[in-house]
Amino acid sequence: MNPDLTFFIEVVLGGLLSGVMYALVAIGFVLIYKTSGVLNFAQGAMVLFAALTFVSLVERGLPFPAALAATLAVMVAVGLTVERTVLRPLVNQPPITLFMATLGVAYVIEGASQLVWGAQVHALDLGIDDTPFDIAGVLVSRFDLFAAGIAGLMVAVLTLFFRYTRTGLAFRAVADDPLAALNAGLRLPRIWSAVWIASGIVALVAGLLWGARLGVQFSLSLVVLKALPVLVLGGFDSIAGAIVAGLIVGAAEKLAEVYLGPLIGSGIEGWIAYVAALAFLLIKPSGLFGLRSVERA
Amino acid sequence: MPRKTLARALLAGSALLALAGGACADEQHFPLQSYRVGPYAAGGTGFFGGFIDYLTLINSRDGGVNGVKLTWSEGETQYEVERGVEVYERLKSRPGIAAWNPLSVGIAYAMIDRVTADQVPLITINHGRTDSTDGRVFPYVFPLLLNPYSETSGIIEYLATREGGLDKLRGKTIAVLYHGSPYGKETIPIYDLLAKQHGFKVEQIEVPHPGNEQQSQWLTIRRLKPDYVVLRGWGVMNPVALKTAQKTGFPANRIVGNVWSNSEEDVIPAGEAAKGYVAITTQASGAEYPVIQEIVRGVYDKGTGNLADKKRIGSVYHNLGVLNGILNVEAVRIAQDHFGKRTLTGDEVRWGFEHLRLDEARVAALGAKGLFHSINVTCANHEGEGRVTFQQWDGAKWQVVSDWLKPDWAALRPIIEASSAAYAKERGLTPRDCAAEERADASTAKRASADGR
Repeated sequence: MNPDLTFFIEVVLGGLLSGVMYALVAIGFVLIYKTSGVLNFAQGAMVLFAALTFVSLVERGLPFPAALAATLAVMVAVGLTVERTVLRPLVNQPPITLFMATLGVAYVIEGASQLVWGAQVHALDLGIDDTPFDIAGVLVSRFDLFAAGIAGLMVAVLTLFFRYTRTGLAFRAVADDPLAALNAGLRLPRIWSAVWIASGIVALVAGLLWGARLGVQFSLSLVVLKALPVLVLGGFDSIAGAIVAGLIVGAAEKLAEVYLGPLIGSGIEGWIAYVAALAFLLIKPSGLFGLRSVERA
Repeated sequence: MPRKTLARALLAGSALLALAGGACADEQHFPLQSYRVGPYAAGGTGFFGGFIDYLTLINSRDGGVNGVKLTWSEGETQYEVERGVEVYERLKSRPGIAAWNPLSVGIAYAMIDRVTADQVPLITINHGRTDSTDGRVFPYVFPLLLNPYSETSGIIEYLATREGGLDKLRGKTIAVLYHGSPYGKETIPIYDLLAKQHGFKVEQIEVPHPGNEQQSQWLTIRRLKPDYVVLRGWGVMNPVALKTAQKTGFPANRIVGNVWSNSEEDVIPAGEAAKGYVAITTQASGAEYPVIQEIVRGVYDKGTGNLADKKRIGSVYHNLGVLNGILNVEAVRIAQDHFGKRTLTGDEVRWGFEHLRLDEARVAALGAKGLFHSINVTCANHEGEGRVTFQQWDGAKWQVVSDWLKPDWAALRPIIEASSAAYAKERGLTPRDCAAEERADASTAKRASADGR
């Protein structure tokens, strides 16, 4: 194959696989936003806390499945605690108040993570070899493929859950119109609790995969910066949107860095995704798959 | 109150004041802008832990420096500049401050004017402004052992030893992967200059902060097919670089890390991908050195060690902290020999740093043979000709793989002086006459010696 074409394919493929990783974090945001209209800034801190809890338990001698189960229980408890102690008392407050509350929660979780588990960095080995394999001259990362598989599985499970389970349908009803859902007899507090638990579980999955990629350290909470343009592009309330936008953002930033970087200066991928997201906002403010809010006069 | 009782009370009060004054007079204080929480806490706990451990050892083993107790107080900065400045303002009124040691480029930059006005030394071991090496323009700033330009030169010298000589670098390609920050960009002109000088090709590639995604940079490197990659990283950027290098098929033993990419925290998260990776250092890691063993016996075995996890004794950051302690304490000791065995002013400690000359024999006497090589600070050279060595990660620990190498200081000095002269001009400063100061010192010493006889 032409070396330039091989290289181009590698860049695009690498970008797409990175984009899946961004989408993993974005899905946590979408779940909360979809059902409660809250942009949960604490999602990154939850990712950090989940990974740190898991790796610390493994280092203390717990077998992998037991550590996973224990961390899952902890994340359920975290999700419930945040919903009960912070979000529920603030019901009916303006969105900015709720957003600021999650900002505060992010700092509390970050601080608590270091207080409980210490400030050291940890390696997280999920047992997946990260040496690349060669397909017609194109190197493909085994780990990234595995991560993409997990993300795909998670999206499939969430889609089935939202379509075919009572709780999932209740989630959708609340997302569509909370007041109508309340009138129909749905218990909003229970649904919000469930969605925060789901968000904690998504944070655990993202934490394990990102933790294996970066090492488990404080910077894990910064992965939210990668998820934000994905959310803008895909829409804050669409899981499918998060995946598609993740792929677009991942590929676009890699292509820009590799092909535009030498012309306008390297290191542009940090902000080029935001440029794309901003441009898209101007054209379609609700994002690719986000619901357009319609208000009757 | 009867007059006699009042007199006694006043007398007792004066005695207490005198005692309090006396206590202050016997203490030398180190205010620490530490960072034990936040994204860089792993480095902060190691460095400040090592520094405090050495001060504790000096107090417990020697009763301080010539009887002057060493004290310290900590203020948490989380590595943030504004917090660092706030801690400076809060702690600067403590009596008997010897020196400031923030271990942060940003905080150090923000303190230069302040320490110069307050006349207290600012120690930026292995980091800081390169041109602050010129003590004629920066009298209170000491980038001890290694400034960024010397680090660059040291890395090129090492690559030359791997290739069989500087002339063998001709025609080679070196990619420099740098952190997208003023720290990361500081060495860009020096790599360009050395490339021109030695005939190698250099490609400098930026990684945006924080560096948790580097696929495109490493694909670019894969296309370039460089002979070596120099990693000028920080924090999460380092393990991600090593992991992405593995993903794109670049061998770890051809990656050479700079001084802020050389710790256990940089390699452990990368797992197998870090095996074979090499990094520059000014101090060897490991706990086998006599001074570290003394810290284990005299500090940790007595339950007064600063690290929460004893396994970190002898780690890169811990040993850097211990070395920083040695340099600070020796500067105080040298200044005491000149000014008297008492609490010194910041300006007197500055004099001590400007005469900090520890040759190999003195380093061995301090129990640090093999931990670091030597230092030779002067009025004009605040870096002190620190030697560098290179260590390779074997998957469990660092192994030293080179001799102590000398950066090409002579080639770097004119660039440093040009930069410091520009700074002096911009600020309207008149550079010190170091030759005149040294002559004055020599004649004072001569007079003192004659008086003694």
